[in-house]
Amino acid sequence: MLAVQLAALLGGTQDAGAGAGHEEALALLDGFDDALVDGLARVTGERADAVTALAAAFAGSPLADRLAEAADAVVSGSIAPEHLTALAGGRIALYGAVHDALLGGLDAALGRERADWPPSDPAGTAGGPGAQPAGNVLDGARAWLRELAITGWRGVGHDLVSAADQIIEALLGVPSLRRLAVLLDGFAAELRACCPIGSAERLPVRRWADLWTRALLLSQDGVLTEPRPTATVSGRLLVLGVDVHEHGTAVQFQVHAVLEPAGGGRPRLMRTCVAVAKVDTVTGPTLWKLAQRHKVLLAALADRRSLEITDMTLVDGGDLVWDDDRAFVGAPADPFAAARLCLSGALAPAVPPLDRVPVRIAEPVLVEGYKVTRDGSFDLGGAVLAVDTERLPGCGPLTPALVRSSSACVGLVRWDGGQWTLQPLAVQAKVKRETTVVATGDWALGPTDPKAAKAEARTGDAVAVLRERAGRLLRR
Amino acid sequence: MTDRSPDGMTVWARNSRLPVVPPVRPRKLAKVPFVELADGRLQGVVSSGSDIGRVYVSSIAAGTHNYNCSTNNNRPCGGLYGAPCKHLRALVAEAVVQYGADRVARYLRVEVPEGAELADCLGGVHEPAPAAVVFSRFLRHLAYLEVPDTTLPIPELHWFPATGVVR
Repeated sequence: MLAVQLAALLGGTQDAGAGAGHEEALALLDGFDDALVDGLARVTGERADAVTALAAAFAGSPLADRLAEAADAVVSGSIAPEHLTALAGGRIALYGAVHDALLGGLDAALGRERADWPPSDPAGTAGGPGAQPAGNVLDGARAWLRELAITGWRGVGHDLVSAADQIIEALLGVPSLRRLAVLLDGFAAELRACCPIGSAERLPVRRWADLWTRALLLSQDGVLTEPRPTATVSGRLLVLGVDVHEHGTAVQFQVHAVLEPAGGGRPRLMRTCVAVAKVDTVTGPTLWKLAQRHKVLLAALADRRSLEITDMTLVDGGDLVWDDDRAFVGAPADPFAAARLCLSGALAPAVPPLDRVPVRIAEPVLVEGYKVTRDGSFDLGGAVLAVDTERLPGCGPLTPALVRSSSACVGLVRWDGGQWTLQPLAVQAKVKRETTVVATGDWALGPTDPKAAKAEARTGDAVAVLRERAGRLLRR
Repeated sequence: MTDRSPDGMTVWARNSRLPVVPPVRPRKLAKVPFVELADGRLQGVVSSGSDIGRVYVSSIAAGTHNYNCSTNNNRPCGGLYGAPCKHLRALVAEAVVQYGADRVARYLRVEVPEGAELADCLGGVHEPAPAAVVFSRFLRHLAYLEVPDTTLPIPELHWFPATGVVR
């Protein structure tokens, strides 16, 4: 990412007069989100106006009638399930428009070309395979979410949170509903950790509204279907870095990479993931052990090598469905070599319609030639990009101090809370007077730093202890 | 309107990627495999020191600090002579490692004077509580390790960035 690109990004989307209208859209969103704080059971005054305003924004669109009816129902206190669905749909559409404007601005600034979303096949959209037998489970999830919205965050108590347990357990049993299970589990854990919420000083208002709407969307019949395979691909995969996602009972390693297709052709940006269930006491470098079935992938990350893949499935949205049997470890290639070589001309994947939400924006970039400002941001010729070093994954060696002393960085450009930020995945920094590369995936085969290895050894093998307990106590 | 003015509040109210649940610290799980702050109790499962197949379910209620300890089959713990048994003390000690003393004290609503041990500051009396609920939550906890991994993307996890280390 060059200085002019960053200036274009910050100038294009953060000016009040950009004309994109996303500030107005976010204000409508905030109004609705505020209404969820005290619940939709008693919506009056300013909050009633906010709900009505959200609906009014859709006047003249195909959603107009349903949203107007839903807003009326909320204000008059006679909310039916379909009204909540309609309001959630309105929020999703609005937020989706914000996403499109943001990603469009980012692509334009970076000069990144993005593939078009293939037109949907009319036969295969609604009620796809895997969605039907789960009807009852989804009923339960919807009922819980309805109760939550009516009660409001301030009214949530232990009983309401615990009511989610059974639903989550049932969802986890259905592979096609995994996404909803993981989402609800993380959401419920947050509500539980904040209980009793009534007196809490600060609430993650937008975040919980995001999670609630997302969950309501995924719990509609036929929404969660297997992603469509679009192609099988072969070639050399150059790893840019690993983004790690985690909550108490799940961890996901999302690898960002560029594929150089076998037989030539344009390089393409891709993501590939491994997600594993876990428990909260399994943290830090131990997390990698949960993914050890995928040896080839982990070895390439730990040794900073490219991967040669053959006939691997690519699904909607540019996600490669990782399969260790179709890959082998290739030549050494650190993330900076990969980024310099092929990031600028690579084709970015289209974003699936359901995933058009600002939080999913995570575009890999290479940044160099910056000065680190006092607060840790990167100053690139006068344009300043905030750097998010607060949540560098505990399973890797990257630290805020390393980022601060770095001279080059491969990271993900994200947008949150009204600003663009850079999430580092790898840095070039001087360690003991030698310039070295440090990346989030370096410990994929175990910590290479003796101090971290010792710390891990001190607490023993958490997974093994729990497996032993499970072996003795489960199913007896 | 929800107050969005002071800086910290604005971030908290307007950001989507927030660490709402504070990360837990790693600890040895052999003696106390399960600890949680849930349902208004500090509760957990403590492995028996003498019988490898037996576990104790221990809990302390927030506010009253009334406690209970029994086997998972609801047989009362023999160590409860009008005072918390060693299982309860182990539970508190491990909870402090996992969550930090402040978070445990806040949850149980207990004042811990400077230099004092949290376990010594709990009042409360023995009050039978059903062990089955806690035990089944523990089994459910263990069952997570049997859920197969997946290589299909879970975009929802973008809301849950990695938790930094408690180094």
